[in-house]
Amino acid sequence: MSSLNIDQRIAAGPPAYADTYKAAEHFRDKDHEFDSVKFGVWLFLATEVLLFSGLFCYYGIMRLMYPEAFIHGSSLLDWRWGLINTVVLLCSSFTAAAAVRDAQLGRQFWLKVNLLITLLAGVAFLIIKFVFEYYPKWAEGKLPGEFYSYPNWVSPNEVHWWGVYWSATGVHASHVVVGMGLYIWLLIRAFKGHFGPKHYSACEGVALYWHIVDIVWIFLFPMLYLIH
Amino acid sequence: MASIPGSAGKAHDHAHDHGHGHDDSYLTPKASITATIWDWMTTVDHKKIGVMYLFAVLFMFFLGGVAALAVRVELWEPTKTAITATGQTVITGQALVPSEQTTIDAGNNTYNRVFTLHGLIMTFLVIIPSIPASLGNFLIPLMLGAKDVAFPRLNLASWYIYLVGSLFAITSAVVGGVDTGWTFYTPYSTMTDAGHWKVVFMILAAFILGFSSILTGLNFIVTVHKLRAPGMGWFDMPLFVWGMYGTSLIQVLATPVIGITLLLMVLERLFHVGIFDPRMGGDPVLFQHFFWFYSHPVVYVMILPGMAIMSDIIAVHCRKKIFGYRAVAFSSLAIAGIAFIVWGHHMFTAQGELAAAIFSFLTFLVALPSAVKVFNWISTLYKASIGYTTPMWYALGFLFLFSIGGLTGLFLGALSVDLHLHDTYFVVAHFHYVMMGSTLIAFIGGIHHWWSKIFGKMYNDNWATIAFFFVFIGFNLTFLPQFVMGVHGMPRRYASYVDEFTIYHQLSTIGSFVMLIGFLLHLCVFIHSLVAGRKAAPNPYGALSMEWTDTASPPITHNFHHEPIATHGPYDFDDVVPPQTRPGEFPLPAPLPVKQVTVVKTK
Ligand code: HEM
Ligand SMILES: [Cu+2]
Repeated sequence: MSSLNIDQRIAAGPPAYADTYKAAEHFRDKDHEFDSVKFGVWLFLATEVLLFSGLFCYYGIMRLMYPEAFIHGSSLLDWRWGLINTVVLLCSSFTAAAAVRDAQLGRQFWLKVNLLITLLAGVAFLIIKFVFEYYPKWAEGKLPGEFYSYPNWVSPNEVHWWGVYWSATGVHASHVVVGMGLYIWLLIRAFKGHFGPKHYSACEGVALYWHIVDIVWIFLFPMLYLIH
Repeated sequence: MASIPGSAGKAHDHAHDHGHGHDDSYLTPKASITATIWDWMTTVDHKKIGVMYLFAVLFMFFLGGVAALAVRVELWEPTKTAITATGQTVITGQALVPSEQTTIDAGNNTYNRVFTLHGLIMTFLVIIPSIPASLGNFLIPLMLGAKDVAFPRLNLASWYIYLVGSLFAITSAVVGGVDTGWTFYTPYSTMTDAGHWKVVFMILAAFILGFSSILTGLNFIVTVHKLRAPGMGWFDMPLFVWGMYGTSLIQVLATPVIGITLLLMVLERLFHVGIFDPRMGGDPVLFQHFFWFYSHPVVYVMILPGMAIMSDIIAVHCRKKIFGYRAVAFSSLAIAGIAFIVWGHHMFTAQGELAAAIFSFLTFLVALPSAVKVFNWISTLYKASIGYTTPMWYALGFLFLFSIGGLTGLFLGALSVDLHLHDTYFVVAHFHYVMMGSTLIAFIGGIHHWWSKIFGKMYNDNWATIAFFFVFIGFNLTFLPQFVMGVHGMPRRYASYVDEFTIYHQLSTIGSFVMLIGFLLHLCVFIHSLVAGRKAAPNPYGALSMEWTDTASPPITHNFHHEPIATHGPYDFDDVVPPQTRPGEFPLPAPLPVKQVTVVKTK
């Protein structure tokens, strides 16, 4: 609290957070609960990594089998949109982390601001993805499997490239959607004044999840857009 | 010799210190029926969730069993027969004139759907959730001295996810079922019933059930790490918990892979992305790799809980310290680890020679930790005064059946032998010995062992033992002949066969009905116990772990009046006198031989 200057305190209004939160009955105390929740979140993240590792295998095997299709395929993507989206996600990871810090310090106003920015970054990511990437490809018939109808293919195996592209980015995008849902939930709770120095495990857990989604993209971006 | 502080006998004294109702058993109904139902449906109590799982799994076992019996009836005669939609058996081969709707093709088609249904239900809806979700949920917090699992609401969520998954599976079955086999191999799973959503539904069912399994596993891992009672170190936990811990690790680490595999399969089926389709340059064997990378570890998700139960039953009913506690505990982890690198042994016929040789070698490794466990159990039995109770009979049955199942696994793991035995009844017999003969047998043994704790009633031990013998003999009668058939070349998944195999198939079918009698007997024993069983003492077998020593039977809603403190190991029968709240409640075995009691302990 003390780190706030007077303007910020005015902006933050009266502290909404009252330290009334009690740990669930089966935990010894709040710390005990906090540790357990964090451990659970990390385990869950491990399962996410494993889920995506299946997709990376898919990518690796197909690339080994049809390198020429992948080299050509990746030149059909516009790396600039990929880069912009990478930057968007990186920034949102920063605000996600900042939100946790705000909760820890009880900066209610900035907590809400940072949560909101993170959420909006998710929206921006999806808009860029759908408007500038998915839609044009769809219109040109660069679709997976039997919907593939792009006439100017170079390698007959390009359909596999598009299969990988759509499934990998699709599964990733669906994770972004889930993350946005979680941020809406956090925002609602933040407005109810649920978070504060002693109780921020939800913010932290969701932020960790958001980071993982971000990291997956950081791998997908070079694999799909940059490696020719 | 020390006696145990805070034993269940003292439970009553505290009743007055606390508010009204604090002392109630978790089974105490609410004021009205609807309130009770609502209470159960929204409960976050691990005990209630465990009990609901128990009934659900047993019900699914019944459904899967009906499908199994249909298969066995179908195989009674070598001629081509079919199970029609109305459920009658119509012989369409030489023996009878084919009826209008029932061609031989339709017959085979139906047969495929019935055994697939059997396999899917038994694996995904019965064996995988069986022990962890029911007994694990109920017992782990009690054994650790905790009030609940780490995330009670998540636990309830995984129960509902299980229900949704089951609903998907049953819907798919009701609209005609799938004929892919439980392994969902491509191209069956991507091409049969083209344009129909039932296969997608079945795949989604497996996907959803995977979620439930991940969440349960995650919950248990955190519980074991974080919620042990004060004084309870890792090596003071009952071995049941160790086994469940290994299981949970595999569930958490392997299930996401099947998740993505099934997702890719749905994409393949709906959009034909081509990943598994050789016509488009995809690779169907890739699916097998993906599938077994999950499904081999998952066979240990099935067996580890069985092994977990074994250690507890044997130690308690021998009233002897388990031999080699740490070896048994660590072998659970070793199994969990090695399980991830042997998946290729399911595909010896579909991979290069070098890969096959490597996988064959690794497969032999995985048998070692299993053998470590078996030898430790046998050493525990050695010179113990064994109480021949129903759980103990089941434990002995497990030892016998798992030895056969595990050793035949080694036959199959040997490359040259497997090329001959692959996809024959030998494999069918092998995995039934491990999945049914071991896991399910341990499950039933475990239900008996903890029955009095869960429901607070004793069951009739004599009748349950008789039922055990029906199950045990019926089981061997069903599956031993299948080894012989398999060696002679009877392939799996066919509705008809050459006449030479008739005798084996008929023995097998008879055996399955003997088992049925056994299971029905068990059902009667259970119902009788619930309706008219004697009230159980808190610790009828004189065990030492907390679920017995520190709470009533059935446990109170909050599990314990005070947070229990671990003052001794779960198997320290040499040093500690277990609190016998009602001596003579249950025939305890004779005292240990003098030699062992007088061993001087320096600690
Ligand atoms: C002692 C360790 C074991 C070894 C060495 C072993 C080895 C094998 C091998 C080599 C196969 C492939 C046979 C073939 O398809 O040609 C196999 C199949 C199978 N095993 Fe095991 N096994 C072991 C234990 C288990 C356990 C504990 C379970 C389950 C609880 C299990 C369940 C299965 C199943 C379900 C299949 C066949 C799946 C199918 O094709 O439908 N095994 N085993
Ligand atoms: Cu295997």
